[in-house]
Amino acid sequence: MADAQAEGAGRPRPMSPHLSIYSPLISMVMSIVHRITGVALFFGTIILAWWLAAAAWGPDAYSTFMGVADSLVGRGVLFGYTWALIHHMLGGLRHLLWDTGRGFELRTVDRLAWGSLAISVSLTLVLWAVVIGGMGGAS
Amino acid sequence: MSDLRTPRAKVRGLGAAREGTGHFIAQRVTAIAMVPLGLALIAAILSQLGAGYLSFRAFMGNPLISVGFLLLIFTGSYHMRLGMQVVIEDYVHSEGLKVLALLGNTFFAIVIAAVAGFSVLKLGLGG
Repeated sequence: MADAQAEGAGRPRPMSPHLSIYSPLISMVMSIVHRITGVALFFGTIILAWWLAAAAWGPDAYSTFMGVADSLVGRGVLFGYTWALIHHMLGGLRHLLWDTGRGFELRTVDRLAWGSLAISVSLTLVLWAVVIGGMGGAS
Repeated sequence: MSDLRTPRAKVRGLGAAREGTGHFIAQRVTAIAMVPLGLALIAAILSQLGAGYLSFRAFMGNPLISVGFLLLIFTGSYHMRLGMQVVIEDYVHSEGLKVLALLGNTFFAIVIAAVAGFSVLKLGLGG
């Protein structure tokens, strides 16, 4: 790109300022987080495929998988995975709203960004509290 | 030195790849479908976490659940392939590396869908 510019114009053109120069705004941070959670969910499908394939393979493979998934580290990863899924979903719904041409007022953009973060974190915590509470009661 | 044409002259008239609109629509359609499917996946993960093999076999024996998993797997792998394609096109500028990454993206999505999809069929059909 720089080569092409130098070749065409004879000298490097001024570049527009990039990420490092702006102070972070919530809308910008949520945009980046949407992309990061998307990439994380992409690689997280390896866990989903492992889960299903282990069950198809047989009881031994399944208990190996569940031993990892239900460990402290495994639960941490799955907690992150469920949060990423919920957060990415809320971010996606925000984008679908914007696709209709609505919700572009600065105040609305900020509220949507903070709202999706607050809902994703609290919903994930509630869901896991229910799971851990339910297991404690059963055992 | 060997080429006196400007960068703009080299690309003028070539036009776009003419696939952008299809990509945009497919991204949105799969996104909408992923809302109920993603919520169902979370419910499935949380309901089966810590439960044993027989519990999961019985769970996947329910046709509604196995069909839901198939929908999730194919919609999700399509959606994530579209998303990762955009990420690669944004950040990988070397042409050779970009082609390799896009190829890897497609292969990854298809392998995940094949492994997960076949496993669901095996569980659902009682193999």
